[in-house]
Amino acid sequence: MAQVVENMLQALAAGLLAGAIYGLMCVGLGLIFGVMRVINFAQGDVMMLGMYAAYYLFLSFGVQAVFGSVFGPYVAILLSGPLLFAFGYLIHRFLISRVTGARTTRLEGEGHFAQLILTLGVALVLQNGGLIVFGSVLASIRTPLSSSAWEIGPLWGEDVAVFVNKARGIAALISVAAMIVLSAVITRSRLGKALRASADNPEAATYMGIDIDRSHRIAFGLGSAITAVAGGLLATNYPFHPYIGIDYVIVMYAGVVLGGLGSITGAFWGGMTIGLVQQLSTLILPTQLQNAAIFAVFLLIVFFRPQGFFGRMVERT
Amino acid sequence: MPTLRSLGPILVAAALYAGLAALVTNSYYQLTLTLVLVWAIFGLSWNLLSGYTGLVSFGHAAFFGLGAYTTALGQIYLGLSPWLLIPAGAVVGGLAGLIVGIPTFRLRGHYFALAMLAYPLAMLYVFEWLGFQEVTLPIKRDAPFAYMQFSDPRLYTLVALVMLLAVVLITRAIEGSRFGMALLAIKQNEAAAEAAGINTLAWKLRAIALSGAIAGAVGAFYAVVLLVVTPPSVFGMLVSAQALTVSMFGGVGTVWGPLIGAAVLIPVSEILHAELGARIPGIQGVIFGLAIMAVILLAPEGVYWRVRDRLRQRRAAAPVPEAPPAAVEAGVVPFAAPARPSRARRRTGEVLLSVRGLSKSFGGLKAVQNVSFDVHEGMILGIIGPNGAGKTTLFNLLNGFLRPDAGQVIVAGRDRVGAMPHELARAGIGRTFQVMRPFLRMSVRDNVRVGAYLRAGSEDEARRLADAAVEQVGLSAVADRIAGQLTTKELRLMELARALAGQPRLLLLDETLAGLGHGEADEVVAVIRRLAEGGITIVIIEHTMQAMVRLVDHFLVLDHGAVLVDGEPEQVTRDPQVIEAYLGKKWVAHAHA
Repeated sequence: MAQVVENMLQALAAGLLAGAIYGLMCVGLGLIFGVMRVINFAQGDVMMLGMYAAYYLFLSFGVQAVFGSVFGPYVAILLSGPLLFAFGYLIHRFLISRVTGARTTRLEGEGHFAQLILTLGVALVLQNGGLIVFGSVLASIRTPLSSSAWEIGPLWGEDVAVFVNKARGIAALISVAAMIVLSAVITRSRLGKALRASADNPEAATYMGIDIDRSHRIAFGLGSAITAVAGGLLATNYPFHPYIGIDYVIVMYAGVVLGGLGSITGAFWGGMTIGLVQQLSTLILPTQLQNAAIFAVFLLIVFFRPQGFFGRMVERT
Repeated sequence: MPTLRSLGPILVAAALYAGLAALVTNSYYQLTLTLVLVWAIFGLSWNLLSGYTGLVSFGHAAFFGLGAYTTALGQIYLGLSPWLLIPAGAVVGGLAGLIVGIPTFRLRGHYFALAMLAYPLAMLYVFEWLGFQEVTLPIKRDAPFAYMQFSDPRLYTLVALVMLLAVVLITRAIEGSRFGMALLAIKQNEAAAEAAGINTLAWKLRAIALSGAIAGAVGAFYAVVLLVVTPPSVFGMLVSAQALTVSMFGGVGTVWGPLIGAAVLIPVSEILHAELGARIPGIQGVIFGLAIMAVILLAPEGVYWRVRDRLRQRRAAAPVPEAPPAAVEAGVVPFAAPARPSRARRRTGEVLLSVRGLSKSFGGLKAVQNVSFDVHEGMILGIIGPNGAGKTTLFNLLNGFLRPDAGQVIVAGRDRVGAMPHELARAGIGRTFQVMRPFLRMSVRDNVRVGAYLRAGSEDEARRLADAAVEQVGLSAVADRIAGQLTTKELRLMELARALAGQPRLLLLDETLAGLGHGEADEVVAVIRRLAEGGITIVIIEHTMQAMVRLVDHFLVLDHGAVLVDGEPEQVTRDPQVIEAYLGKKWVAHAHA
């Protein structure tokens, strides 16, 4: 009995920790979708770039030497943010902007397909280009924290104790902190208001003197940076490779749809839910089916509640 | 049906390809020649669903992979021959198409694309978990031919060529038929297709089942050719992307697109892979990604359409569409004296449509409240009301786009609440739309033909009904033009003809006169009047009375979703409530002066 309880608590803790990172990841995608209504298939690969950016910043660009191996990874991860912001900004400037905005409104349905397919092309180039540049060997950002844990308990008599891996705990805390900062920026700042105005009603925003294209570029850059940071945090616990993006793009879409396409806080809670589903499913399903469980949940959400649990319906027939 | 002549280019291309294959002895190049055909077939399968219906599938690998595993597992565990397993793969793929389609077609746009993406990736994990990480087909040295294990690789190319020809023939047969027209209509405008009597779900299911069957068959063949099946190689993202890439590159919605795409891209990527693959793994994916990006940015319609449009432009300067006529100034003089021809039939005919207590709310907005009225056979009923009065919502309730919260819609004595639009179309209710919904890339004749399938038993009959309807509205002269080149008036008339081709008893016309100049409106009014005299009952919506008073037998005035006045035109134009709703209070006294 105690064993069952302990397993459940352990899975719950793992789910919360993974969920916080997934939540941040989803927020990046949710921001892009919310502002631009573009489905970005390359988001998983942007996350992969974030992982490698943090990895190389940590090992090769002196971050480890300056900040040591405990703080170093986190400094490198935060530094990867601006880098991927620039990447996203440029990708939007030179590729995505050519199939979005005013030019595509005439195209109705077909305009959306152009965006979907363009980002699919970007995804393929990043995955395979990643393979060429980074190689297929598993990489990981090693921190001494990932091999030590906090023990919570004993809780129930003497038998039940929950272990929280320190690296995962810190990654989750940073995710939550990043989410809080981002929420403040979106709701309070001038930039956030411009982004929300662009999302709500692009035409009206234009009349108010907001540069929609600039809003879109910033949203794309910011969304890329956020997902990249989440990727870096994930990389402190899990080894990664150039093809890792595809595993997470579905996690991200599931989270964003669950939270309601277009809702930023919804995306965070959606990602959290996916983390919990994934970890709790291990109690009853074999580990290899973890991801299949996510897909099943994803399909169920899309079928039964396409407007998500936290958002409103944004697409009408 | 495809004629021998239209098949000429395809048969010639196939013969040349077979000739080329016969000359190639290098087994790697021979494999490439086979793979070009494999991906062309897979592209055609994708094109059949996504190219013609416009519903983008990112998950065609699901069907491909199921086919591949059907062959691999069928041969290992049941000892069956690929000659049997390839058709079995088609059956599995087709069934999977139906199983996936039934729930997934409830989704549209982004949601459909995302949901389709999830299927193959979920299967990938399931097959890995089942322990099929790497399945090798057993070598049958004693009976190579029975197990499709040819020592001469040219035979694989030949088998693939036969499969491709079959798929091309199927696609061509569909293109010109009611099936193809239905899919094109769905792509261009699903709501209009449904209102024209097309059971859109049924056609989409047929398309995905056939598409899945083709993908399953070619996946099954792929396993035979490569002899090894792994989940990522048949369910992976790159597989789905392959179908999409070759089709997009060549051009979607045409049988040539995937053929061109595969013929260009597959050899390029295979050669790159062979030359550089060892040193630069992943170069293939990079090339594909770049090709997709280049196509979307430079020629989003694909090579085939780009070249065709160029050729057409060179052959003849495209006719310049006439400038759209200026919009009628809305509701300035709505109270001109009625000057309509007196007609014998008023309320003598039987009640064809009876609406009882119809209500519909959207959240707090009561769009239609407790509306009741009768439409007698042969009459023209005008429904008027200011913008936002609930007129279009009322039509959407009548033809099944919306389900009312309360009330009855009785058509010829039967309550039809809850019926689908295509069922109501079948019951004799045709409609046109306020926002016009032409199929822009199709000719006028073909646009109208889509409506004719509702009644037509054969292609010939459909053509006949369509031509008759085109003539009825006076568009015979422009029947072969592409709808995109028509004037607003001609489009209105074409929509009318499309509805007429389905032989309706009752026609719902939604602001058919909107956006027309005076003279043009008169022409359209004349056509509508002729139709009524020919025995069709008509309900027409307008927000101005001007043209209506000369046309209708009876008025229903809506305001804020409720019936304000129900009466004869003379009576309605003098009603103070109507004047108030239209012009505001101060005009009431004025009108009585």
